Amino acid sequence: MFESAALRTRRKIRDCVAQGLIYLAVMLVSLVFFWLLVDLARGGMTHLSWAFLTESPRDAGRAGGIASILVSTLLILLVALVAAIPLAWSTAILLAELVPAESSFGRSVRFSLHVLAGVPSIVFGLFGNAFFSIYLGLGFSILSGGLTLACMLLPILTSTAEAGLRAVPDSYRLSAAALGLSRTAALTHLILPAAAPALAAGLLIGIGRALAETAALLFTSGYVDRMPGSLLDSGRALALHIFDLSMNVPGGDESAYASALMLVILLLCINILAMKLAYGLQRKKIMT
Amino acid sequence: MNDDPDAFTLGPLQAGPPCCEPQPLIQVRNLTLHYDGKTALDNVSLDIYKGCITALIGPSGCGKTSFLSAINRMTDLIPCCGIDGRILVDNQDIHHRDCDVQALRRRIGMVFQKPAPFPLSIRRNIALPLNEHGVTQKKEVAAITETVLRDVGLWGEVCDRLDASALSLSGGQQQRLCIARALALNPEILLMDEPCSALDPIASGVVEDLICRLQGRYTIVIVTHNLAQARRIANYAAFFWVRERTGQLVEFGRCRHIFESPREALTAAYVNGARG
Ligand SMILES: Nc1ncnc2c1ncn2[C@@H]1O[C@H](COP(=O)(O)OP(=O)(O)O)[C@@H](O)[C@H]1O
Ligand SMILES: [Mg+2]
Repeated sequence: MFESAALRTRRKIRDCVAQGLIYLAVMLVSLVFFWLLVDLARGGMTHLSWAFLTESPRDAGRAGGIASILVSTLLILLVALVAAIPLAWSTAILLAELVPAESSFGRSVRFSLHVLAGVPSIVFGLFGNAFFSIYLGLGFSILSGGLTLACMLLPILTSTAEAGLRAVPDSYRLSAAALGLSRTAALTHLILPAAAPALAAGLLIGIGRALAETAALLFTSGYVDRMPGSLLDSGRALALHIFDLSMNVPGGDESAYASALMLVILLLCINILAMKLAYGLQRKKIMT
Repeated sequence: MNDDPDAFTLGPLQAGPPCCEPQPLIQVRNLTLHYDGKTALDNVSLDIYKGCITALIGPSGCGKTSFLSAINRMTDLIPCCGIDGRILVDNQDIHHRDCDVQALRRRIGMVFQKPAPFPLSIRRNIALPLNEHGVTQKKEVAAITETVLRDVGLWGEVCDRLDASALSLSGGQQQRLCIARALALNPEILLMDEPCSALDPIASGVVEDLICRLQGRYTIVIVTHNLAQARRIANYAAFFWVRERTGQLVEFGRCRHIFESPREALTAAYVNGARG
């Protein structure tokens, strides 16, 4: 009220500059994303067609489509999620709900997850090759690729789920306990639904990682581009296909672009789906 | 059911006229409570009488919340909390190995300082605990829901939107819903930890009236910082004080005695506003 006009202008200018910088950062981020999308669309649109999605690759991928590769990718993803989700989420429940946050057990589990999260994917690939492919005798197969990916997903899924569970207000737990609800009841009826958006978000990040993974699959699920007959067949993942086309196959650029576009579209769809899912879950819990 | 939405549907007083012939329902004996080895409550012994309202008063940090949580064993949830001494509810030791905590907490309802409805519909807030305690018949649940919502004076306000989220209610309504939720399990004892302190004066008045109407039907232990309120609603009062971060019971007696002719000078100073 009593401050000088100069002070007020200075403050105003500072506000404007700060706001401008924030907008600039946002613009830059969106620009990178749009540039990538436009580039992909320009390069891949002409090649992407229904036939491309439903035909198997011919001539090392230069001709034909990516049907077998899509199937392999989804199978690998499915194996990874089926193996990782129960392990990761039950670990998260253990860490967030059952053991005290500062206990040495919780701390050591959390530490090992941190280390696991920092391991480069090529190392996971070598481990998967040695353990699943050779030691367990699964060979180059969708199963060993999926299980290797599951190991990679464990830390992401666990830490996002744990954070989500911890973000649920303690008042729910206290009220539930005061009403004589069992821990399981509180968990299934209150805490997990409240954490569902966080679980879904973690799942999304995990699926994104899994779909984009190349190095870990190179030595485990292999790069046979035929249609897989079972989980014990080798199958080439989409990201690996893109890598192979652009690095090892002269004249495969168009197919590579179209495959990359497909991968991005797939990721976008999964994102939107999971967001809808989380929202629906929350609403349903309120309505029933 | 009565057609008047605000009609009070509680049955007749079951415990007789309050406090004519005090009958202890909860007996606390030499209760000492510590967190991480630090004593928060030192050697408290007192009786809570059946059908009466007992107010716990005292400055912040003197262990009123801890005392309350020990009665329904909510302290079990705090890993660093240790308890010595005995608490008898209806002559049964609540720390006995045969005591079922869930059943105990069903008998002893609790209402927290901050209204804490579940993020569910109003209907589901009451149905969920009922379902978990084996009341699953839809008709029965609906009947209990209506009864307890009437009891807390909320029926008229929410009967046409039972499926709305409980979080859409105002603070005072949320607190009354929490009381209704506790009443739905048909407890004998209600523990209330500053139930009005997060509410505006009008909502607080409504909740206070509600507590008065519950008198006689339930045994109520209420923590309050509002001395005038304690004086208005309570039959008995317990005055806690904190010395060197250790809480202790200074005086317990009829509310009138505590406020008008306390034995201890400290109590007199506190209730007259000179201390605390
Ligand atoms: N969960 C807890 N962990 C450690 N100390 C606690 C905990 N809860 C309460 N205390 C301590 O116990 C003492 C009594 O607290 P409390 O029972 O909340 O008092 P009041 O409700 O009368 O304000 C305080 O000194 C507080 O710091
Ligand atoms: Mg308190």
